[in-house]
Amino acid sequence: MSYNPIDFPVKVNLDKCIADKGCTVCINACPLDVLAIDLSTGKAVMKYDECWFCLPCEKDCPTQAIHVDIPYLLR
Amino acid sequence: MNTVEIKTDVLVIGGGTAGPMAAIKAKQKNPELKVLLLEKANVKRSGAISMGMDGLNNAVIPGYATPEQYVREITVANDGIVNQKTLFAYAENSFSMIEELDSWGVKFEKDENGDYAVKKVHHMGTYVLPMPEGHDIKKVLYRKLKQTRINITNRLVATRVLTNADGRVARALAFDCRSGAYMVIRAKAVILCTGAAGRLGLPASGYMFGTYENPTNAGDGYSMAYHAGAELSGIECFQINPLIKDYNGPACAYVTGPMGGYTVNAQGERFIESDYWSGQMMQEFYQELAGGKGPVFLKVNHLAEETIANIETILHSNERPSRGRFHEGRGTDYRQDMVEMHISEIGLCSGHSASGVWVNERAETTVAGLYAAGDLACVPHNYMLGAFVYGRLAGESAAEYCATAELGEVNEVQVEAERERIFAPLTRQHGRAPAQVEYKLRRLVNDYLQPPKVARRMELGLARFAEIRADLEQMTASNPHELMRAAEVSFILDCAEMAASASLFRTESRWGLYHYRQDFPEAGGGEWQVHVQVKKSPTGDMTVFKRPLEPYLAPPEATEQYSYQHLRIKSEAAST
Ligand SMILES: Cc1cc2nc3c(=O)[nH]c(=O)nc-3n(C[C@H](O)[C@H](O)[C@H](O)COP(=O)(O)OP(=O)(O)OC[C@H]3O[C@@H](n4cnc5c(N)ncnc54)[C@H](O)[C@@H]3O)c2cc1C
Ligand code: SF4
Ligand code: SF4
Repeated sequence: MSYNPIDFPVKVNLDKCIADKGCTVCINACPLDVLAIDLSTGKAVMKYDECWFCLPCEKDCPTQAIHVDIPYLLR
Repeated sequence: MNTVEIKTDVLVIGGGTAGPMAAIKAKQKNPELKVLLLEKANVKRSGAISMGMDGLNNAVIPGYATPEQYVREITVANDGIVNQKTLFAYAENSFSMIEELDSWGVKFEKDENGDYAVKKVHHMGTYVLPMPEGHDIKKVLYRKLKQTRINITNRLVATRVLTNADGRVARALAFDCRSGAYMVIRAKAVILCTGAAGRLGLPASGYMFGTYENPTNAGDGYSMAYHAGAELSGIECFQINPLIKDYNGPACAYVTGPMGGYTVNAQGERFIESDYWSGQMMQEFYQELAGGKGPVFLKVNHLAEETIANIETILHSNERPSRGRFHEGRGTDYRQDMVEMHISEIGLCSGHSASGVWVNERAETTVAGLYAAGDLACVPHNYMLGAFVYGRLAGESAAEYCATAELGEVNEVQVEAERERIFAPLTRQHGRAPAQVEYKLRRLVNDYLQPPKVARRMELGLARFAEIRADLEQMTASNPHELMRAAEVSFILDCAEMAASASLFRTESRWGLYHYRQDFPEAGGGEWQVHVQVKKSPTGDMTVFKRPLEPYLAPPEATEQYSYQHLRIKSEAAST
């Protein structure tokens, strides 16, 4: 069966993200609680497609690892 | 699921704008009290002001405006249906609140003399105080919360406020949207600060979270107040805003207006005299689209480079900073292009219009021990500064109330019944995803409630909402996050039913587009110079009734009375 991952608007740069060192800044900031730790990578990931493109996650990330795109339906 | 019991004196639900202020002021009023601030997200970045604000929309600043002028203007802007006492309480406390926020470190625009640089956007008076460097406002509030030693709990979703046998507030129930723990909070006083009902209508894009309001605010407090037996008011006066099409954020004429920007039709002509948001203004906007002169645009491309650069800095770093990204994606440059605008989804919000929980000038609802402040409290057009002022009033009133109130008891059966209701989706193996039910509900809201309104359509809407109510019993959730979304669907449904019932009841048109009834296109006579209230009856039915207007303390002058009825530019009006 073919599987098409959803184009989630929040992109996390795995090289920059330091969630594996204990950072949870973006996960704590998000008002919609859509971010979580990806257990397979130990890094932050967008878990629910419920983003308000408000940007606290991106702004507060200490390593600039997050980029938020405008969700595809609105672009 | 394990249960956690908490005891407090004052419980503040919602830690966005009004909530932190309410908590701080309750504690300052009586430092002996236990004050708990309970938030669904995280207080550091929650609510409408998460990324700052572009300005105070309704500041009453000596030298620019008096409380009387302001009260008269908002009375006219809200088509006469106001409790002027509540507007006065806002207006008279507005300046001291600005000074206090300033002393805490919130940055407002000042002129070379250090005076507040107030701008004119409204139809009559001068009330807009820009805050181009307002992005730190949540940090400032958070610091103050810590200094005041307020207890904070994040990621808790409040679902109900229960009263004891004599109708006083006694408990609030909530759950943790991460661990799934059930929280039973005993409190003497509860202050609702949960913001607007922002997920009522579905944005035209179909993207459920692309709302004007912060979508965390699903209408939770409206529903909680309703089930606690409080009166709600002006629910038929919907919130509908002129926004950037698809992006659904302000364009924003409040920032650009004072710098020379304005709203135009497809021919590049101005058609409204004032860009201040009101139902009457939205009606003209709607007519321009319907009359073949649309789309409508925000025009700034005639301004000097320096001004445009300044506008970009403000609009792309504050409040809704992803605006710049949106424009970039569409290839829109303020220097060449106009910004396409459209009409938002409907919502309930007294910050912008007038739909909210009924409060008096002390922020008291009609339930003893229950207070409300901010977007969900019916103080028309009270915006961000109103949230702060009423947050303060609610905090102080609640603190006073606690001096004599006892912790109440409730019937434990209710606590158990709510546990069952809330957690049921986790126990169902098969059923419907909350997202699917929500999508359908909000699509029906658009189909049946979006103005122009007509009775038959709203009656059909109510019938379809009843079917959705049955679907609530079918929802499944696989984790506490989805459980939160499921709980929110029930809040949205309550709001949809209240919106339909109140709109059906008021058989006249008022507030321009907000309550434009095609079957009753004219404003009614004196019999509709009343508030329309919604309340849950003791038997559990939704009742709708009239509440008389209090006599005006500051009657609008004859010249002012109809000014918001004539927002269309005169030469235009003559040719249409
Ligand atoms: C995009 C936008 C731009 C605006 N621009 C301006 C402007 O320029 N000037 C101006 O004066 N006003 C502006 N406003 C209006 C102003 O922001 C609001 O009137 C004000 O911030 C409302 O404050 P509040 O406390 O009622 O709601 P919010 O600040 O939204 O706080 C509500 C809080 O309640 C929490 N909550 C919700 N449900 C629950 C629950 N069940 N349990 C626990 N917590 C819950 C939420 O997470 C949130 O933190 C704007 C609003 C928006 C959305
Ligand atoms: S804030 Fe940045 S570094 Fe921290 S978890 Fe999120 S993406 Fe990773
Ligand atoms: S942009 Fe806002 S809603 Fe989206 S992930 Fe970041 S903080 Fe959450």
